[in-house]
Amino acid sequence: MNGDECMVTLETVLGVRIGSVLSRWMDKIHEINKKYETPRIKMSPGVKIALLFLRVYLILLVVLLGYKFWTLLK
Amino acid sequence: MDFGSTFFYKYRRFIKTLKIYFLLAGPGLIVMLADNDAGGITTYTVTGAKFGYGLIWFLLLLLPVAYVVQEMTVRLGAVTKRGHAEAIFDAFGSFWGWFSFIDLALVNWLTLITEFIGMTAALAIFSIPPVVTIVIVSIVMMLMVLQGKYWTWEKIAILFAAVNIIYIPAAFLVHPSVSEVLSVGLIPHFPGGFNGTLFFFLMANIGTTIAPWMIFFQQSAVVDKGMKEKDIPWGQMDTLIGSAFTVLVAIFLVVVTGTVLYGVEVESAAQAASMMMTTSPWLGTCIAIGLFNAGFLGAICISLASSWAFGEVFGWAHSLNMKVREAPWFYACYLFALVTAGGVVLLPNAPLVLITLFVQVIAVTLLPAALVFLILLLNNEEIMGKYRNTTLQNIAGTAIVVAIIILSTLYGITTLFPELLT
Repeated sequence: MNGDECMVTLETVLGVRIGSVLSRWMDKIHEINKKYETPRIKMSPGVKIALLFLRVYLILLVVLLGYKFWTLLK
Repeated sequence: MDFGSTFFYKYRRFIKTLKIYFLLAGPGLIVMLADNDAGGITTYTVTGAKFGYGLIWFLLLLLPVAYVVQEMTVRLGAVTKRGHAEAIFDAFGSFWGWFSFIDLALVNWLTLITEFIGMTAALAIFSIPPVVTIVIVSIVMMLMVLQGKYWTWEKIAILFAAVNIIYIPAAFLVHPSVSEVLSVGLIPHFPGGFNGTLFFFLMANIGTTIAPWMIFFQQSAVVDKGMKEKDIPWGQMDTLIGSAFTVLVAIFLVVVTGTVLYGVEVESAAQAASMMMTTSPWLGTCIAIGLFNAGFLGAICISLASSWAFGEVFGWAHSLNMKVREAPWFYACYLFALVTAGGVVLLPNAPLVLITLFVQVIAVTLLPAALVFLILLLNNEEIMGKYRNTTLQNIAGTAIVVAIIILSTLYGITTLFPELLT
């Protein structure tokens, strides 16, 4: 087997391996998402308000971080 | 019963209580002393140098803050037998689960880098090269977990945590005026008036008191230790004693730097230790050893918090009671975090200052979510049963959580935009 053939074999083996590892990870993530699809906690008004607050809070933080990043780039 | 018999009975009961406590002590004591990590030690050092004894009263207020938050993790862990990462996935679904988990993994890894920065800076004072520090620390940390028993790991960690108390004898070395410490330190006031700088320091002190990794660590540790509902009072006592120690250590460090370096511009604990080395080698050595130990304690807790969270979410075996072949991914995560965080510190021209600032900002994105989830979970009767929060616990918990969210958010924003303080 010459050098070029060796490289092709290596790339094929690595490609298959990486592909298989990634696919297993994706399967695992899908499995976790399915397992926790339905939140166990009862969505009372208090819980809904708290979660809404967290979403708004995080969006604001992301906007601030984005603004900082933009001013740094400028 | 005569006096002798009563005394003997009470003495036996005290010794028995102490023995049970030492058997059950652990997560609360370790997490609280590890709370004074490299970042915390730097904050207290600079606070003392900047404001003298003026903010000791504020540090005392942090005792109930730390206790109220961490006590909830004890109950949640003992009742649900689940770590915080798994509890969030289960109760709030995969969106909030992934958000908390990815944020935790990132903030923990960045914080681990800052712990390594603290440890290498502390030992550099004794002319120990950073690479030696990182390699030896990583080996010791791996050996601590590889022995295969949670109990053994915990007792070794407590021994290391005890070194954190080094700041108490250090304070006696500087001979502070006790009357001045009491009169200036215990009366609530704002030294130099309430201004942007003082506000930044108040926020920084709050920020070091409650960190996201502490919530995840203690809950997972309670589960791995196998604590049950009946052990909750012991866990609470452990957390209370730990909170008292963490505040005590912070106060004594402020007394040291407030006595020796008051009015001197200090930027880090390592710099303070170097300065003290020239005037009092014993004192400088104490500060440097304390800083190294703080970084080490922080590192052992943070890397474990991440490994536990990975195990909980991905369903891998995740216990210190398991051998490597039984929980390979758990130990692989632990090793990966150590090697990569240590590696970053050794990189030439690594943006370490930027990383240190970035930690504070990223922590701010996770802390409110972790705290809000904690309160919501502790109020769920289906999950907590009779161990759910009482009205008083809710009033205290909610007030503290709201205050922490506001102050830590302002801290994160002022870290991003320091010009707002001027």
